[in-house]
Amino acid sequence: MIEGAKWRRWVYFYIPLGVFVLWLLFPFYWMLVTSVRPDRELYRPWMAPNYAPFWTAHPTLVHITDLLTETLFIRWMANTLFIAILSTVISLFCGLLAGYALSRLKFRFAGTLGTGIFITYLVPQTLLFIPLADIIRDFQLGDTPWALILTYPTFLIPFCTWLLMGYFKAIPRELEECARIDGATRWKAMLYIIFPIALPGILSAGIFAFTLSWNEFIYALVFLSSAEQKTVSVGVTSELVRGDVFFWGQLMAGALLGSIPVAFIYSFFVEHYVAGLTGSVKG
Amino acid sequence: MARVLIRNLNKFYDKDVHAVKDVNLEIRDKEFMVLVGPSGCGKTTTLRMVAGLESISSGQVLIGDTVVNELPPMDRDIAMVFQNYALYPHMSVYDNMAFGLKMRGMDRGEIAKRVQDAADILGIGEYLKRKPRQLSGGQRQRVALGRAIVRHPQVFLFDEPLSNLDAKLRVQMRVELKKLHTRLNTTAIYVTHDQVEAMTLGDRVVVMRGGVVQQVGEPLELYNSPVNRFVAGFLGSPAMNFAPVAVRDDDRGLRADNRGFAIEVPAEIGPRLRPYAGRDVILGVRPQDMQVANGSHPPGLCFDAMVEVVERLGAETLLDLQVGDQTMVASVEPTVGAKRGDKLRFAMRPERLHFFDTTSEAAI
Repeated sequence: MIEGAKWRRWVYFYIPLGVFVLWLLFPFYWMLVTSVRPDRELYRPWMAPNYAPFWTAHPTLVHITDLLTETLFIRWMANTLFIAILSTVISLFCGLLAGYALSRLKFRFAGTLGTGIFITYLVPQTLLFIPLADIIRDFQLGDTPWALILTYPTFLIPFCTWLLMGYFKAIPRELEECARIDGATRWKAMLYIIFPIALPGILSAGIFAFTLSWNEFIYALVFLSSAEQKTVSVGVTSELVRGDVFFWGQLMAGALLGSIPVAFIYSFFVEHYVAGLTGSVKG
Repeated sequence: MARVLIRNLNKFYDKDVHAVKDVNLEIRDKEFMVLVGPSGCGKTTTLRMVAGLESISSGQVLIGDTVVNELPPMDRDIAMVFQNYALYPHMSVYDNMAFGLKMRGMDRGEIAKRVQDAADILGIGEYLKRKPRQLSGGQRQRVALGRAIVRHPQVFLFDEPLSNLDAKLRVQMRVELKKLHTRLNTTAIYVTHDQVEAMTLGDRVVVMRGGVVQQVGEPLELYNSPVNRFVAGFLGSPAMNFAPVAVRDDDRGLRADNRGFAIEVPAEIGPRLRPYAGRDVILGVRPQDMQVANGSHPPGLCFDAMVEVVERLGAETLLDLQVGDQTMVASVEPTVGAKRGDKLRFAMRPERLHFFDTTSEAAI
């Protein structure tokens, strides 16, 4: 902490922190205000005498009801949830096994394999979608949720594997050895000792994977074409921007509602999540 | 109850590091065997091979009459206590102790009874519901011991279990371990780098160095008749003094001298040392075997020394001495009022002198 006179705390800590928080939260505030602002205020030119961009005197829920009734937003939410949950489960399962094997088992090429997995994570999605599109077409998965459920793990598995590898390495080897002497097979030692201890790490890998697939844009944009198959991020931007007409109110309402599940998950697991990233196992 | 037999045991890491070299040991039934040596001497690797945590490069390990080389750790009927306790942090003390029994499918009533018994023996009954992080170091060590003893294994393996405790607690736990062994009467293999633990706990002690067993024997046997310079220097505190001496055999009898002193070789060592006449050997004498000379000591074993440092420990006083161009340590009675710079005359106890070959370092 900052020591000395009280003003030092304000100058060096609270004020910079306050500015930082305002800076981060402003887009969300803008999103909220825009989504409840009536259209006549939204499209008022900025030089008009009663222009008040940061506040509205006549809040309305019309954009939100429009979004829920006149667009496929609920369908998009359901699609996104289904895709995000399934791809997270697949990635977490593979990541757990791969992370454990790479950090704990001694076998030839373990190091090379680990690096190989990491390198696949470094290939940008903006390049990878081209060959993937070809594969998706060959398997006739285009315009189905499986196109995304099976492609998201290409970047989620390396991510989960590396995060969990680091976490498993931090768990003292003796714990597992002791369990194996105590009568547990390697599987049981993994299940009863290693995984429960690594729970914060597993949770943060899961949350991260979920968020990444929830927010993913480019694969969803390329692999899905019909409106009822779309995910939130693609659906909102493609269906609510028609030509050069931006339905700002509905766009912002969609963005707001679309970020609620992620925000909810984060706030629910925030303590585990922080512990997972700072990676501390206390014996 | 079982003996452990280790035959021609070898361990190679990556083909070029030879960590354990041709170790042969018999740990008798109900014996408390201590493996001691400096770090990297192969003692822990040997223990881990017995436990099944490390693969055996060549040789055999037998527990009872079974060759266990290929058995997984869980089937060897052993229990191990680790240096860092290795308690499962997410389980209560009770669950930690019960884990091994649950894994073996024992019924709940029997588990509860065994855990309670072990907890009573170790005095941890009131902590059974706590998590390991809520316990002090000493309590954690007790839980780790408890987890081992509930299993009623054939062999206990200890890997430096007291090293993480503070000095006072370590002495206390050492005594308790000794009591526990008397009570349980189970074969135990104990690895430590602390020679005091080795001397006090072991029925027998194995001194290892560089993967090779140096000497096996009862603690006092090792202390009194070390087979080489390494064992002599490793056991005992403060460590034995070593000084190169030249052996001379002339009309005045067999003598060993260097620049600081010239001593007459006691008659009982004479025959063994005579072949070395005209050559250099290493003289070893323990700090406790040097006394301030008071006239009654045979003059042939006396020498002059200058006091450089005085360390008063209460029960004894350690004097760092300059003898010729050598430094030596003497442990004397606290009543000796020596000061820095004093010149004193010391006498060695003739029956406690050790001589070692300069090249092979083996005892003569």
